[in-house]
Amino acid sequence: MNIDTEMVDYIAELSRLELQTGEKQAMTAQLEQIIAYMNVLNKLDTTGVEPMSHVFPVKNVLREDEVVPSQDRAELLAGAPVPDEEAFLVPKAVD
Amino acid sequence: MKLTELTALELGAAIKKGEVSIKEAVQAALDAVAVRDKELNAFITVTGEQALDQAEQLQAGVKDAASPLYGVPMAIKDNICTRGVKTSCASKILGDFAPPYDATVTTKLADAGAVSLGKLNMDEFAMGSTSETSFYGPVKNPWDLERVPGGSSGGAAAAVAAGMGWYAVGSDTGGSIRQPASYCGVTGMKPTYGTVSRYGLIAYASSLDQIGPLCRDAADCAAILDVLQGRDPRDGTSLDGQYGNLLGGLTGDVRGLRIGLPVDCYGDGQDGEVKTAVLAVADVLKARGAEVVELSFPVMEYVVPTYYIIAAAEASSNLSRFDGVKYGWRAEEYEGLKDLYCKTRTQGFGDEVKRRILLGTFVLSSGYYDAYYRKALQVKAVIKDAFDKAFQQCDMLLTPVAPTTAPRLGESLSDPLQMYLSDVYTVSVNLAGLPGLSMPCGFDSRGLPIGAQLIGTHFGEGVLLNAAHGFQHDTDFHKRAPKGGDLA
Repeated sequence: MNIDTEMVDYIAELSRLELQTGEKQAMTAQLEQIIAYMNVLNKLDTTGVEPMSHVFPVKNVLREDEVVPSQDRAELLAGAPVPDEEAFLVPKAVD
Repeated sequence: MKLTELTALELGAAIKKGEVSIKEAVQAALDAVAVRDKELNAFITVTGEQALDQAEQLQAGVKDAASPLYGVPMAIKDNICTRGVKTSCASKILGDFAPPYDATVTTKLADAGAVSLGKLNMDEFAMGSTSETSFYGPVKNPWDLERVPGGSSGGAAAAVAAGMGWYAVGSDTGGSIRQPASYCGVTGMKPTYGTVSRYGLIAYASSLDQIGPLCRDAADCAAILDVLQGRDPRDGTSLDGQYGNLLGGLTGDVRGLRIGLPVDCYGDGQDGEVKTAVLAVADVLKARGAEVVELSFPVMEYVVPTYYIIAAAEASSNLSRFDGVKYGWRAEEYEGLKDLYCKTRTQGFGDEVKRRILLGTFVLSSGYYDAYYRKALQVKAVIKDAFDKAFQQCDMLLTPVAPTTAPRLGESLSDPLQMYLSDVYTVSVNLAGLPGLSMPCGFDSRGLPIGAQLIGTHFGEGVLLNAAHGFQHDTDFHKRAPKGGDLA
């Protein structure tokens, strides 16, 4: 796989990141080098090997559904960049 | 004996006996911070007044203290949530984030009577091996100010080495506790995945992240893990186990212990002085009655790519939550909601974080998922299998922590791939969820510390700590401190 600036534009868009022209060239070159190095994995035949996401076979960890107080709203909103008394504020997204 | 030269357990014992007040200890550490940290930059936030207040409150309870670490001042890596105290992950995007809650480990430490001196510098979002990617500037190595302390828990390692606190709590995703411990000449441990709660640890790669201690010796590590380990209902990946007796189990007796030397870890690309010092650990343990077996670990060339694919993939997903809406920093100018996200993230993240987000987005994107992400998960299974085979022949593996001692500042920033490759000995441990310990085992000709890594089986912390304890009984590398670190 060759990484070109078109691909970098595409994944930057998915990542909600903007790269300036000079930055994009450097990032493209670095990602190309890194991905090329990662292709070493293709030397290893993994046919039939089950992908392993977790080392421990822990599945469906459940707990009792107990009612506990939630965080204080004012305290949570105090950490937001732009809140009002009861919500996080963002620019209008739907007309 | 100067206060800052004591181990955490020695200081804890002196506090318990009334020989030292908690306030004196806090003041000694704060004095060291005042003298040393302008040049080292190990702390992002120092909570000195809070620590002195807390010292006074804790002093009243000394007689009833249960923990051997009661009253001992320490510090916390800046990616672990501390209620009301800035937790920035060394990033601009969380520059004004004061969490409304404590991480589980923060609570556990407070319950044990730990006094926090503040929050420690690190690579931004723990992404880096040198602590140079911090928004707050690079951390310097106390042994040589021209060199990096390692990363990402570089502030933690530098603080402990320089006497600015008796221990630190960091996180390790691919070596972020062990490698800086090695570069700074301290003892650090990444415990078995799932044995320490990740609740309140700001996620980098959730399947690999684990919290652990950086300290002066193996006994301190054991005592701190006794406090930190345990299942937490708030972390679904945390595991039940027999916790709390690591310190009590330390004997230093390694008779009959089988130490595996993976020949593939002593090949090319390694500094000769590092190799010699690490192999000398085997000789010391052999003299104490351990057996040494050479074995093959034929997956070394795959560990770094596998790690970086999985870590980047998880990072790209985890870091999508930083969008300038609910907490943290928001860009000043934007047009519309999407632009708010883009501008905030573009201006809020540094280069290395962006690189890993992009890499992770690529390996997860349609058309490349199977070739990279799925393939990496398959190779992860192969790596886990290689460890299983190795542990049929031995009880513990001995390897270097890093191929070299601490590099010069700036060397790694220009070549990210080269930096990734330096993680070759540590990342496989996270992929397999195993415990790994890093301890000082020598110094190179420039006077820089060399670290040895011990790798154990799942829940094998006790075996590693005991071997390290035995080694430290017969050697004094862990007792050496950099010049300027002994002020109190």
